[in-house]
Amino acid sequence: MRIITIPSPRDHLMSDSKLLLSRRQMGGLFTGLAASSLLPGSAMAQSKYLDIRRGTNFQPIPIAVTNFAGEQGPALSGIITNNFARSVFLQPLEPRSFPEQVSNPDAPPRADAWRMINAQFVLTGRVGRAPDGRMQTQFRLWDVSTGQQVSGQQYVTDPNNARRVAHIVSDAVFSRITGEKGFFDSRVVFIDESGPKERRSKRLSIMDQDGANVRYLSGGDELVVTPRFSPSSQDVAYMAFGKGDPRVFILNIETGQREAVGNFPGMTFSPRFSPDGQKVIMSLSQGSSSNLFTMDLRSRATTRLTDTAAIDTSPSFSPDGSQIVFESDRGGTQQIYVTSAGGSGAKRISYSEGARYSTPVWSPKGDFIAFTRQKGGSFGIGVMKPDGSGERIITEGYHNEGPTWAPNGLYVMFFRDPGGNGGPKIFMADVFGRGEFAVPTQSYGSDPAWGPLLS
Amino acid sequence: MTFMISARTLKIVAALSIGLAMAACSKNPNEDGSGSGFGSGLGAGAATPGSQQDFVVNVGDRIFFESDSTELTSTAQATLDKQARWLQQYGQYSITVEGHADERGTREYNFALGARRAEAAKSYLAARGIPASRLRTISYGKERPVAVCNDISCWSQNRRAVTVLGGANS
Repeated sequence: MRIITIPSPRDHLMSDSKLLLSRRQMGGLFTGLAASSLLPGSAMAQSKYLDIRRGTNFQPIPIAVTNFAGEQGPALSGIITNNFARSVFLQPLEPRSFPEQVSNPDAPPRADAWRMINAQFVLTGRVGRAPDGRMQTQFRLWDVSTGQQVSGQQYVTDPNNARRVAHIVSDAVFSRITGEKGFFDSRVVFIDESGPKERRSKRLSIMDQDGANVRYLSGGDELVVTPRFSPSSQDVAYMAFGKGDPRVFILNIETGQREAVGNFPGMTFSPRFSPDGQKVIMSLSQGSSSNLFTMDLRSRATTRLTDTAAIDTSPSFSPDGSQIVFESDRGGTQQIYVTSAGGSGAKRISYSEGARYSTPVWSPKGDFIAFTRQKGGSFGIGVMKPDGSGERIITEGYHNEGPTWAPNGLYVMFFRDPGGNGGPKIFMADVFGRGEFAVPTQSYGSDPAWGPLLS
Repeated sequence: MTFMISARTLKIVAALSIGLAMAACSKNPNEDGSGSGFGSGLGAGAATPGSQQDFVVNVGDRIFFESDSTELTSTAQATLDKQARWLQQYGQYSITVEGHADERGTREYNFALGARRAEAAKSYLAARGIPASRLRTISYGKERPVAVCNDISCWSQNRRAVTVLGGANS
């Protein structure tokens, strides 16, 4: 994709070197997607508009997402609006309240009119054809308080990438306003579940973060659980029940090639990639104990990290790879421990009275560890700092389990099971617990694992 | 509280015989080979001595655990004693002990917990003279409940180790 920065009406285009940089930043799955950055107008514009951490006075930023011009424009605007509606930090305004129909997306909107409906930003854009026939999308973000354009980009790509362009525009706008990285241009692997509970059929599946573009990666004959995305490749690690002991496999979701991870003398489970994507860390069950191991994917060398009679599982690396958080019942009940990447000096960090903690996952920002907490018959999802302080429960109920982090560290997805003969569904919530949204899946869904940003 | 038919049936007759309960079920959950812990092709009535049906109906193929426990209760030990005697008499069977957990735990931990329960049963059988070469274990964690509802009457049925003749994957 080619990205060009769209200058505000009175600015000029950016230099070529900047263009090149933008192009290099796009990578990921879709080649042939080019973009260029249309640079912000006023140098005086604020660097960010929202302190996402602000406490009880927090108010989401109202934004008017107008229909982009062109035949495909409204569809793109719809995807963007839906993204913002789940972002917690941005609040898309009802189109019915809009004071004007934007006929020229390149002209500044009537700031005084938009101020009347308390819009803080107006997003305009158009979708058309580039001279070479590819899809060309432009957006401009206008600050209503100044009437100035504060961001603008143009993307040229294959029409099949339309949804991705909507997510990339969403990320650009989200970043511009919040000063945080985006997360919309990302995917989630999960387990699609169907059939009665005693014989649940489970399929390895992948979708966009908004629930669109579901693709099934396994057929449902084989029991599969706990998929985890590689941060650096198209690989997914997961546990599958085949012949012999259940074990951890890696599947390349592009080629369909799959292989067992190591040749361990027992059940391996609970895999996760290291932040550089070079290692898989997992549990090995032997006798009545489960311990942590890593396997280097290049050398195939395996390393034992813990050697206890306990259940050590759900390991997750810190983003710099220097530490591991995991759960263990070595002290009697499931609790969260942090240890060095070599497995030494494990220190318990979870201490709430009468609670059991499990499935810890380190945030990609490094600032929090998300977990499942069982207390008083409820299963909640929460976060705490890596030293165990600042615990905050985001949601609690009959059964919430298995958080996974958005690539920007501001949201978690998890699954919620009503129990009985029903089945789990996937939800997302922001890390501050301000908003929660169902992620639409056709059937039951569990074990979500968020992948990296694609662009 | 909602019960499935099979769950209610199981609950009522559990004290009598799991084997008969299974015979009362309209469908056979093991036909997909997924190892849910049921013998296949069971029917009510007299079982041929030494048959799988004999084992399930007259010996009892499963033991139950307390919540988050891998301790063998006295009832569980009595069942395993009967299993060991029967398995010594009928030495042609290889044995897979399946470990299961209830749904009130997280997935990863429950795999490990199920493995521990299977191991506890296997160790007990081995100590009663069943050669280790005949015994293997597998854990299904919380993936294959037999009883489905939102209370302890179901959870207690699901916290189990099931001795499967011939192995779940053979």
